[in-house]
Order: sequence, then C-alpha cells, then structure tokens
Amino acid sequence: MGLPNAEMDDVVGKEYAQGFVTDIESDTLPPGLDEDVIRAISERKCEPSWMLERRLSAYRHWLTMQEPNWSSVKHPSIDFQAISYYSSPKQRPELDSLDQVDPELLSTYEKLGIPIDEQKALAGVAVDAVFDSVSVATTFRHTLAEAGVIFCSMSEAIREYPELIKQYLGSVVPYKDNYFAALNSAVFSDGTFVFVPKGVTCPMELSTYFRINEAKTGQFERTLIVAEERSQVSYLEGCTAPMRDENQLHAAVVELVALEDARIKYSTVQNWYPGDAKGRGGIYNFVTKRGDCRGDRSHISWTQVETGSAVTWKYPSCILRGRDSVGEFYSVAVTKGHQQADTGTKMIHIGENSRSTIVSKGISAMRGSNAYRGLVRVAAKAENARNHTQCDSLLIGDRCAAHTFPYIEVKNPTAQVEHEATTSKVSDDQLFYCRQRGLSEEDAVSMIINGFCKEVFNELPMEFAVEAQKLLAVSLEGAVG
Amino acid sequence: MLTIKNLTASVDGKEILKGIDLTVRAGEVHAIMGPNGSGKSTLAHILSGRDGYEVTGGEIVYKGQDLLSLETEVRAQAGIFLAMQYPVELPGVNNMTFLRESMNAIRRSRGEDEIDAVSFMKQVRKKAAQVKLDPKLLKRSVNAGFSGGEKKRNEILQMAMLEPYLAILDETDSGLDIDALRTVADGVNLLRSPERSMIVVTHYQRLLEYIEPDRVHVLVGGRIIRSGGKELALELEARGYSWLVEEAAA
Ligand SMILES: Nc1ncnc2c1ncn2[C@@H]1O[C@H](COP(=O)(O)OP(=O)(O)OP(=O)(O)O)[C@@H](O)[C@H]1O
Ligand SMILES: [Mg+2]
Repeated sequence: MGLPNAEMDDVVGKEYAQGFVTDIESDTLPPGLDEDVIRAISERKCEPSWMLERRLSAYRHWLTMQEPNWSSVKHPSIDFQAISYYSSPKQRPELDSLDQVDPELLSTYEKLGIPIDEQKALAGVAVDAVFDSVSVATTFRHTLAEAGVIFCSMSEAIREYPELIKQYLGSVVPYKDNYFAALNSAVFSDGTFVFVPKGVTCPMELSTYFRINEAKTGQFERTLIVAEERSQVSYLEGCTAPMRDENQLHAAVVELVALEDARIKYSTVQNWYPGDAKGRGGIYNFVTKRGDCRGDRSHISWTQVETGSAVTWKYPSCILRGRDSVGEFYSVAVTKGHQQADTGTKMIHIGENSRSTIVSKGISAMRGSNAYRGLVRVAAKAENARNHTQCDSLLIGDRCAAHTFPYIEVKNPTAQVEHEATTSKVSDDQLFYCRQRGLSEEDAVSMIINGFCKEVFNELPMEFAVEAQKLLAVSLEGAVG
Repeated sequence: MLTIKNLTASVDGKEILKGIDLTVRAGEVHAIMGPNGSGKSTLAHILSGRDGYEVTGGEIVYKGQDLLSLETEVRAQAGIFLAMQYPVELPGVNNMTFLRESMNAIRRSRGEDEIDAVSFMKQVRKKAAQVKLDPKLLKRSVNAGFSGGEKKRNEILQMAMLEPYLAILDETDSGLDIDALRTVADGVNLLRSPERSMIVVTHYQRLLEYIEPDRVHVLVGGRIIRSGGKELALELEARGYSWLVEEAAA
C-alpha cells in the first residue's frame, strides 16, 4: 500500500485525545473482593437488605464460575483481587444546583464536552452524568417527572422504587447468565434506571456519560430500562476514559424490557482508552446487554459505534418473545493498534412472526483484529420468523484481520434466515482516485469509511451521528496504507 | 504550462519510460497515441503523482514548479486533473458529495470560500446535462455499478466541475458508443481555453476529429518516436505503427 508499514503506524498512532486524569478526593475501597466488600458497597449505598441478599447470592454463584475463554480475544488474565470495587467522588453536602458541584468535576465534564447546560436543554437531551461510581448530576428530572417518566440512578431507584426493581432487575440478565453478569450483580456500583409508563412517549432523548477515573477501579454499571405498553424511549450512552497504565476492567449489564407495542432505542457511541502504542493500559470491556421484547409488537433497537477499549467483548441481544416483535442491531466496530473486538449480537426468536435485522460493520486498521459473532436462534414455535444479517468488514492496511462467525439454529421450518457477508479493503486505487481529486489521504479514508458505515450512522439520533463521524475520523486519522 | 525533460521511469526495476521530452504550452491540446503497453498510462500516472513508479531521471516543470516534488493532492489542487482509463468505484460515497468535497478541497487550498450548496447544485445539474449523465447517477455511489460509458461521462463531469489547468484524458474514448464519444468531445471542447491545456491519450483517430489537437505524439516502447500535426493521426490510422517503429530503428 501507499506508505511503508512503519511510517503508517507512525501516522496512525495518534495519542488518545481524551486521556487526562482529574484530581478529586475519592472515597475508595481498598482492592480486593469478598463478602465484606459486598456488604460495604451495599451499606455505603444505604441499600435495603433484600438487595444485599441478592448481591451475596450473585457473588456466591460467581465463585463457582470460570472466566470464559471461548472468544477470539486474547488478554492477560484479570486479577480480581487487585481491583477496588467502590469509588465515589466526594461531594459537598446538599447540592441545590450545578454551581455547588465540585468545579474540578465540572471542568472534567467540560473537557469531555459533556454539556450539562442550556445547550443540551435546547437540544432536548437530559444528562445523567455518572462520574466513577456515583451519579453526581441529573438534569431535566422535572420535565420527565411531569410525563411520568422515571429517570434516575440505580441506587436511588433501589431505595425509591423497590417494587419495580424487584420485579424487573435481573429479569432479563439473571446473575447466573454468565461470569461477568454474575460479577456485576454482586458488585454493581451504580447506573441508570428508566421507567416509561403505559402510553407515554418520552419527551426527550435520554443520555448518560460514563467515565472511569480511579486507577484500578473496576466499573460495574447496571442499567435497566422498562418501557410499558405503547410507550417509547430513546436512550443514548457515550463513554470516554483517561489515560492509565493498568488495564481497567469494565463489566456492565444493561437490561431492556419492552412490553406490548413498546419501542426502545438504545444507542452507544463508545470511545474508551484503547491502550498505548504497545497495547498497554487500555480498557477491558466485557458487557452484557440484552433486550427483552416481552410484549406483542414490541420493538428493540441497538445501535452502537465502538472505537475504544483494548479488549471489547460485547453482544447486545434481543429476545423476541412477543408476536410480531422486532429486534434490530446496527453496529460499527473499529479496531486499530493492538485493539481486539469480539462483538456481535444474538437474536432469539420465540414469538410468531418475530423479525430481526442485523447490520454489522467492522473496520480494522494497523494490527487491529475484529471478530463478528452472531447467533440467530429460531425456536420451534416461532412461526414465520425472519432474520436478515449483513456483515461487512473493511480492512485498512495488510496486517489487520477480520473474522465472521455466524451461528444459525433454526427449529421451525417456516423461518427465513439470510446471511450476507463481505470483506473489502481500502485500496490504493481508491486513495489515488480521491487524492487526484484534491482530497488529502485522511479525508479520503474518512470519506470511504463514512460511506461504509452509512447504514449504521443513519440509525443514530442526529447529533450522535455527527459525533460518531467525528470520532471515527479522529480515531482513524492517518490509518492509511 | 508543462515541460518534461528526458524523463525516465521504472516499475519494479523494469524501465518503462526511456527518455520522454514533451512541452505543452497554455491553451494547447496534445494527443498521445501508441500501441498497448507503450507507457501512455504510466506517463499519465507519473504526471498526476501516483505511487508505485520510480522516476529514475529527468524533470517535470508545471507552471514553473518542480512537479515531481509535489504530493498527489497538491498537484490536483494546482490544477492537474486525470480522467482515468479505469475510473475507480467508491461504494457508499455519494457521487455529489464526493464532487463537492473535491471542489471544496481545491478551493480551500487556493484560499477561496467553499461553494454554497445552492450554486453547487445548479452547476452540477447543468454540467451533468451537458455531458448527458443521467441525473440519477448523481445520487448513487461514485462509479459503483456504473456502466463503462457512464463512468467515463462521470469523469468528464468531474473535469467540467473542477476546471483544471492541465487535463489529462487517458483513453476516455475507449468503450464509448459514437454518440457518447461526441458528448465527451463536446465536454472537452467546452473547456478549451487559452489558459487551459490538455493531454489526450487515445487509440482512435475518430476522437481527434472532434477534439482537434495542436500536436500528435507517438509513444512506442517508452519513447516519443514521432511528433507532428493532426495529420499524423490520420496517417497512423491508415498505416499502423510498424512503419514508424522501423523508421525510428533505422
Ligand atoms: N504496476 C506495474 N507493474 C508491472 N508492470 C507495469 C505496472 N504498470 C505498468 N506496467 C507495465 O508498463 C508497461 C506500460 O504500461 P502502460 O499502462 O503505461 O501502457 P499503455 O501505453 O497505457 O497501454 P494501453 O494502451 O494498453 O493502455 C506495460 O508493459 C505494463 O505491463
Ligand atoms: Mg493505458
């Protein structure tokens, strides 16, 4: 290709633009995990005893489990005793407004471009900013409350809405589900709870920003979104992390429940620290995201743009229980440097006429390795289930890799399952053509990549689509060969 | 406009151009003819700065600048345009977006403002009609799934929009039906002006009936073995290249 490999790595090796660390006094538990640590977490969050019992059951189950090693991702084994499981930025008591929030914290948000301000209000976005483990700022609660929408931190929800939490938390991802889900269920620190009652269309896009700040602090978010009959909600999630030497573990669980005729759209633009040029210090991202289309004609749509993390292991999934329910998965995953991504989705068809669409776009540059792993399962009673999967890989340079692993299990003869896969390269010819028309190599690559990702970007809420394009441009700057 | 002096170049150690001399003045149209594999596309690629060729000797001066020291996109911004023998497909990249980005990149490099959306649309519609390019193709991905003739028209559209100072057309006439040939030639003639030069690579005298060249050069085995007026093309059409090769060898 155009540039020799060494030179290519040089241009690609852009420093992570958002790698800075905020100096804030933290209330952090010493590293290590045992039942006492779990009790301490629960106590600090003033949880009721039933929650503590749930955590302990999950922990005891986790102890019996093995860390999975079946994915194509390679990473040094994680020392779970070296991680601190609770960290909260110290707040001044009784905050009436943002003016009273730690100015360091606010300036961190500013650097990250997180707008907890009028601009966002105009854009119609409510922000629940999660700083490390505790929610520190929530806006627009009143507008939402008027509509009857609950949008609050998980800790608050556990105290204020115990009945809803007991009913729904863990109903989509039980703690026995997998190793990281069990760990999360035992030690989850905070997260977001959204509840949209019958017939309500949430009046604004909901968004949360995550940020990992404490060294060696695992981040164990827990998100639950419940959309009752005929309700609708769109939730946006975005992440960045500061530069650190040690690998940081992130094991979040996201559960979505859509009842009859409800619609949930969950969008993620993820930009975690991927590690330095040698692959050191990136985020390990093991996430369980699952949506349950419980009601007839319910609709759950996952859209994600992944550019960060050293290791990503993530399969947003849909369980299509309701008749005529619809599951969608649109994904762009970028891996460069030493990044590894093992992502994909699972569509489990149980209801009659359930339909699912999967569009997965993988981009690999430098030594990046990208794997798509998709499961489409059609249960025996899922008459006329339909799936269409389109899985495209784009390679930049000749030392990166892309793998596709489609798993299809069909137990009903009326099902129609289609799988299409393509692999293409950004070719010398294409780059020459663009440059001959006056475009720089970088603009050419970003144009070709945006073209490649268009179907996914189209699914993102407008302002996120713009951010996603920028993010891709930044993260692939110079990734040409 | 352009002066090439004793240019030699090779690919993978194999010498392809063996000493090219060529001078193109502002306003002139030069035709380059020659058998397959003689080095015509190689010359066009070297002029436009394509990677993969090693220039082993000689020099190229374009508008007073040492062309060989400039990056590909800088040459394009300086007004060099290559209509390619095999236009490249860019799946997912909208044809109009590409054209606008390209125009704006060139404008920015010259310190000009970007073109506003309305004037751009007007211009692109008008020029697409001139080269008889189906407007539907403007909304599709660049060249993706275009027929051979459609790709060539699209190249001419780009040329018309970008208004280069030195346009190099590498076999833009190959694979065109007679009407299309006419349209392409019209497109080229519309651009002819005293401050613009063109190098037209072709195998067919027919194109030169529509685009009257000031000079015709015959490139054989990496050398220009004969240059002449437009009547040289007619002679080549009638007699082929062998007599020239024999004369040159003699
Ligand atoms: N990348 C390359 N690798 C090896 N040989 C090459 C390469 N590019 C060109 N050549 C060789 O250089 C010679 C000249 O090729 P070029 O494409 O310039 O010919 P041309 O005159 O344009 O021919 P045509 O009329 O068929 O288009 C040919 O022998 C060709 O095989
Ligand atoms: Mg050629």
